[in-house]
Amino acid sequence: MSFHLNSQNILDTIEMIEQYRLDIRTVTMGISLLSCTRSTMEETCRAVHDRVVTQAARLVEVCEGIEAELGIPIVNKRISVTPVALITAGVEGNPADVARALDTAAKEVGVNFIGGYSALVEKGATTSEKALIRSIPEALSETDVVCSSVNIATSRAGINMNAAAQMGRVIKEAAELTKDRSAIACAKLVVFANSVGDNPFMAGAYHGIEEPDAVVSVGVSGPGVVDRALGNLSGATLDQVAEEIKKAAFKITRAGQLVGDMASERLGVPFGIVDLSLAPTAEQGDSVAHILEHMGLDQVGTHGTTAALALLNDAVKKGGMMACSRVGGLSGSFIPVSEDKGMIDAVRSGSITMDKLEAMTAICSVGFDMIALPGETSAETIAGMIADEAAIGVMNHKTTAVRVIPVPGAGPGDEVNFGGLLGYAPIIPVNQVGNGEFIRRGGFIPAPVHGFRN
Amino acid sequence: MYAIMTVTGADHTGIIAAVTTALAEQEVNILDVSQTIMDNYFTMILRVEFDEQTHDISALQERMGEVEKAQGLVIRIQSEALFTAVNEI
Repeated sequence: MSFHLNSQNILDTIEMIEQYRLDIRTVTMGISLLSCTRSTMEETCRAVHDRVVTQAARLVEVCEGIEAELGIPIVNKRISVTPVALITAGVEGNPADVARALDTAAKEVGVNFIGGYSALVEKGATTSEKALIRSIPEALSETDVVCSSVNIATSRAGINMNAAAQMGRVIKEAAELTKDRSAIACAKLVVFANSVGDNPFMAGAYHGIEEPDAVVSVGVSGPGVVDRALGNLSGATLDQVAEEIKKAAFKITRAGQLVGDMASERLGVPFGIVDLSLAPTAEQGDSVAHILEHMGLDQVGTHGTTAALALLNDAVKKGGMMACSRVGGLSGSFIPVSEDKGMIDAVRSGSITMDKLEAMTAICSVGFDMIALPGETSAETIAGMIADEAAIGVMNHKTTAVRVIPVPGAGPGDEVNFGGLLGYAPIIPVNQVGNGEFIRRGGFIPAPVHGFRN
Repeated sequence: MYAIMTVTGADHTGIIAAVTTALAEQEVNILDVSQTIMDNYFTMILRVEFDEQTHDISALQERMGEVEKAQGLVIRIQSEALFTAVNEI
């Protein structure tokens, strides 16, 4: 072909979209609510609602226009807001009212999720943060699209074990309140260490206080595209595998940057970041675990899995960083269990366990993500998982998170379905040995020496 | 704007006529064409230009959808920006 694009490139790009599920996982608009605090909860809720529906009025329409123009699906349109505990500070009343206002606003503008029912308590909680954390089970069980997150640790502050213990109880309570819906509230709740204020992915998205009034950020997807790139690699060495992943990640990220630029221009809002995470879905051909298996593991979970994941994570970042102007968010590989066909199969066959998942979280960009636990798992055991993940994050200067779902009445061997992108998952067995005394001690685990770099 | 239109489907008489007639009706200018047949499978890629102030890409996609149905083809119209972004450094 005489013009600068050759036919093969064009057909390849179309094939990536149509056969290998290249898509934009999310365009997320971050909205600051710092101007919304009023003297009563009712007025604050009204201000929050009005701020969201005004700022995001055209978000879905603009994204749909971009989808049509580029022919690339934008799977989710989302909003993240300032951690709500910051704007309810000093306001009497139930913070869950703000969650209901956010839910209404999100539905009015037609987005899939709204995140930011959040508190940042790594060094201690304010009165308003305590009230918000207590209200999380109510807020998540009575709303549909609101997502919540609590940051309980940073490399600089250490780990707030009082908060870890409390979040174990909050997760149990949220599960109980939504037991007739597969404990869906827990799928909308993340406990973080080293959380970031520009993450476009749910359930952990919130609009950090370091951010401007509004931004648009993009989260890309495309495990299928990376998997396809490895298709003809029989006999290739692992450094050759890394090179191929970099090239595929570059292409995926360029599509993300383009969508971000277009959305930013059309919405008149600054462009935030591209999150370079490979986000899987439970559909065939959209699995991060299958990429690892393609490298030569018989099934994900076997010895060598963590090394393969390290290679993948690093290559995705290297390929993606050159492809976009500003990288941010979580940027790495997601390994949610219920949202990844290969991970689901590995849990079913017993080839992956909580212990191996924990090891993988030292490498991946999140942590224990979308893992269905037996209903009888205690709050202390969950708090122990939170503490372990926080320790990995704090010691390694990375984000880690826990989004686990103790499904009431379910035990190992059962399966639960969360619907849509949240997928489905077999219940994974959990270590039964007690840790209650350790969790009940409370207090803080001090920050590591390397947290005091200055 | 510049867009890339790809037309694929089982080969038969009149595909190019049907596609280009519809484009002419819509005042879409064809800048470049590449066409080939592989195992009786018709593949054509066109680079086209139209005024986005007066022409909505969705309306064009809708009109080409009629041709798609009548001729038993798959016709995609996508902004050239995507292909440039993904394939060029």
